[in-house]
Amino acid sequence: MVAQRLVEALRTRDTGTWRVTVFAEEPRRPYDRVALTSYFSARDASQLALGDPALWEDPLVTLHLDRAVVAIDRESRTVRDRLGHVTPYDALVLATGSSAAVPPIEGADLGGVFVYRTIDDVAALRGWVTAQEAEAPTVRGKKRPVRGAVIGGGLLGLEAAGALRAMDAQATVIQFGTHLMDAQLDLGGGQALERLIRARGIDVRTSTATAAFRPRRGTRDVGRLDFAGGGRLDADVVVLATGVRPRDELAREAGLEIGPRGGAVVDLTCRTADPAIYAVGEVACIQGSCIGLVAPGYAMAEVVADQLLGGQGVFPGADTATKLKLTGVDVASFGDAHGRTPDAVEVVWADPVAGVYKKLVLADDARTLLGGVFVGDAEPYASLRPLLGGELPGDPSAFLLPAAADGAAKPEIALPDDATVCSCNNVTAGTIRAAVTEKGCTDLAGVKACTRAGTSCGSCLPLVKRLTTTELAKAGVAVSTALCEHFDLSRAQLFDAVRVVELRTFSAIIDRFGRVPDGADGPGRGCDICRPVIASILASLGSGHVLAGEQAALQDTNDHALANLQKDGTYSVVPRMPGGEVSPDGLIVIGQIARDFGLYTKVTGGQRIDLFGARIDQLPEIWGRLVEAGFESGHAYGKALRTVKSCVGSTWCRYGVQDSVGMAVNLELRYRGLRSPHKLKLGVSGCARECAEARAKDVGIIATDKGWNVYVGGNGGFTPRHAQLLAEDLDDAALVRTVDRFLMYYVRTADRLQRTAAWIEEVDGGLDGVRAVVMDDSLGIAADLDAAMAAHVAGYQDEWKAVLDDPEKLARFASFVNAPSTPDPDLAYVLERGQRRPARPGEREAVLVAGAVLPVLPVRTETAR
Amino acid sequence: MSAWTPVCRLADLAVERGAAALLATSGEPEQIALFRMTDDEVLAVQQLDPYSGANVMARGIVGTRGGELTVAGPVYKQVFSLRTGRCLDAAGYTPRYGLPGDLTTYPARVVDGVVMVGSTGETSGGMRG
Repeated sequence: MVAQRLVEALRTRDTGTWRVTVFAEEPRRPYDRVALTSYFSARDASQLALGDPALWEDPLVTLHLDRAVVAIDRESRTVRDRLGHVTPYDALVLATGSSAAVPPIEGADLGGVFVYRTIDDVAALRGWVTAQEAEAPTVRGKKRPVRGAVIGGGLLGLEAAGALRAMDAQATVIQFGTHLMDAQLDLGGGQALERLIRARGIDVRTSTATAAFRPRRGTRDVGRLDFAGGGRLDADVVVLATGVRPRDELAREAGLEIGPRGGAVVDLTCRTADPAIYAVGEVACIQGSCIGLVAPGYAMAEVVADQLLGGQGVFPGADTATKLKLTGVDVASFGDAHGRTPDAVEVVWADPVAGVYKKLVLADDARTLLGGVFVGDAEPYASLRPLLGGELPGDPSAFLLPAAADGAAKPEIALPDDATVCSCNNVTAGTIRAAVTEKGCTDLAGVKACTRAGTSCGSCLPLVKRLTTTELAKAGVAVSTALCEHFDLSRAQLFDAVRVVELRTFSAIIDRFGRVPDGADGPGRGCDICRPVIASILASLGSGHVLAGEQAALQDTNDHALANLQKDGTYSVVPRMPGGEVSPDGLIVIGQIARDFGLYTKVTGGQRIDLFGARIDQLPEIWGRLVEAGFESGHAYGKALRTVKSCVGSTWCRYGVQDSVGMAVNLELRYRGLRSPHKLKLGVSGCARECAEARAKDVGIIATDKGWNVYVGGNGGFTPRHAQLLAEDLDDAALVRTVDRFLMYYVRTADRLQRTAAWIEEVDGGLDGVRAVVMDDSLGIAADLDAAMAAHVAGYQDEWKAVLDDPEKLARFASFVNAPSTPDPDLAYVLERGQRRPARPGEREAVLVAGAVLPVLPVRTETAR
Repeated sequence: MSAWTPVCRLADLAVERGAAALLATSGEPEQIALFRMTDDEVLAVQQLDPYSGANVMARGIVGTRGGELTVAGPVYKQVFSLRTGRCLDAAGYTPRYGLPGDLTTYPARVVDGVVMVGSTGETSGGMRG
């Protein structure tokens, strides 16, 4: 990871002085070890890829996979790799990291005893657990679960225990120290964490030393643990997570100085005693110790890149702040978490019932922040950590107390410019402010692109956003959320306003909430921005047919024609095929209609069929036949639910663990017709192989053998995004409730044309905030959201059927008001691959012309004469 | 501008939603877009959208910009003045096939509930006429 960052930093700034060769021990490109646990759910190593893969295509960068360097010759400045190739260097950077330490416990070499460090380790562990599961005896009609033990109660041990639980194995964490995460947390924090970990079904034994691993009778596989104080524990699998050891063997053999606990000793420029050799990351012994965290490693990478380019950068000191990413458990600590500074004072807030423990460590002036511990609620962490070493504004306890019911605001924190906001990319508050004040960035996306803040793990995004907004406001740049010239309200504000005052017509809404420009006597009649927004809001609030009354004039042409406008002014028609399921009879009907109307036919990415080239006057006839055959609108034309894509699932697939098609059909029928700020796509996969590509959808649902995992915020398109995990192992009812609330919360609060990914970034609290609202009802609106979705489901009607039943709406599909069935005479087509397509300018002479008969005019004005 | 052609009844037009019509005078019929305003005034412009080359102007969204009545092109979202035909916002596009970027307007009036359109087109910029 650190090597990748170094190459990236060097290639970003260097204009071609350095040619970089990277020797990697593993047979794969550098990957995100911090996210290793996610490999359990994703099972796709490529999702752990780091940075832009184009880095490795750079002509000045050579990456040798599976070719560890075995020796350094400092005399001749060459390295020899595993294959015996000798490569010369001008500068050599050791970024060999560390390996998992195997404690000297008897039996550590037995089968079923694993370390937890690389993708291969994780894959081997998973394979072992799966095999044990198959062999496990059946007790009283139920399979006995696989029993797992994790040696070590630190960050890594807890991650490993979580991974075991994710595989349905039992997990017991054995901690030698007095409490969990004792390197980062004090006793109180560790005990609070233990309660939270137990609540996740993980057993914990503290102050326990393991004396030996014993094999199962007649095998060399682990069967139980014997503890030093007596007592034993049966286990089918053991994970060792007792620490890491720097991979300093190359440095040792090259005669470089090695630190007291290993690691190549370097100065603050990350250089060893040999001026041509640097060490970065976990293998570097800097300021007397090796640091097993990624942020300081990245900082070292930046220092070396700077030094190589002739800069004067030095290591700023380790930021050892930690935030545990074990799903559902918030743990964070920074600075002097144990209060070891002489005369330090501690302010503690503990709520054992809620499982919350928060502590600030202050200097003896009771103002200067020295450190902090947060368990169960890490919300203050992001804003307090950058204040480390500075003075707290206001009463320290105010930062720890839960938000008061009367809404008393917490003290505003003004970060000093040198406070690090994004520790992944080492971006300070000052840099973010400068992005606004000097570089002219006007929104979060601009600041992210300009500074790289929040582009790695994303945990600092709420803070980056707040800084950006504050700075924009200070600079007098009005952060306008106004919809358009007709409304000062944002879409979300307008949605609430319309919902609360129960206005149901555009005229009433613009009269009440529209902006009246200076000198004008009224708010105007809207535009192509606010009219469709209000149409969408009215539709989301269940205000009848989209073409009913005044609403019809608000719709974009697609919604107005209930079809998708194409470049020549004709439309495409997409009947709904829930879950991508279609009967042979249905396919035949569609084929006959396409043939009868000469429609160009193509299968869409959403597992349905698109019929192109329908004239507006043909739409009612086409839909008459589709509705008769049992089809209904697919809403391909709307900012609405499009499709729920599915794989074939457990009904047919050898590997499927749930009925993904059944669930997809169920969800598509539930959410069909739901209007939203932008299009909505869902996907359901029947197993972790993810054939439905659900994580590229706004809501992706992936089957587990216990239920369903829900991912949110994915999309394809211009800025592809993978959906992020919202909730795990839900049963059918919980899944539907979760998706109901997520979608309705999005519909109500997102901006116009904001997909779910961008919305999750912008909405209060980010993904965690969304999770709190959807899963824990933190805003107390869940019942309201549930009721709104229930009303949507109950009120659904097929828009096309309703049009066919209503002569007034049908009249809107005339080609010409005075010649309703005369086709547009300018339409022209040519044949290509057996189907027609619009003629290009040069082809218009030699084409099949669509309406060969010229209309007789005027046809409907007799009464006027 | 002497010839007024009756095109349809006012009641055939929806308020603030365009309708296409064929205007037969001499030779090829012209395609026009009719717009009925909230006060029952009718405005007429060419149906050809110069930015897409398709006959679709009647399907655009009606509105106002700074008090001026407008229609937005339904394909690439240009904004045109309904009264002058002038393109107020090209939305970063250029017209197709070398077409003028402004719309031809047609005089229109309502007589006894019948929409009458003048036979001679005018453009605001005088590019064609």
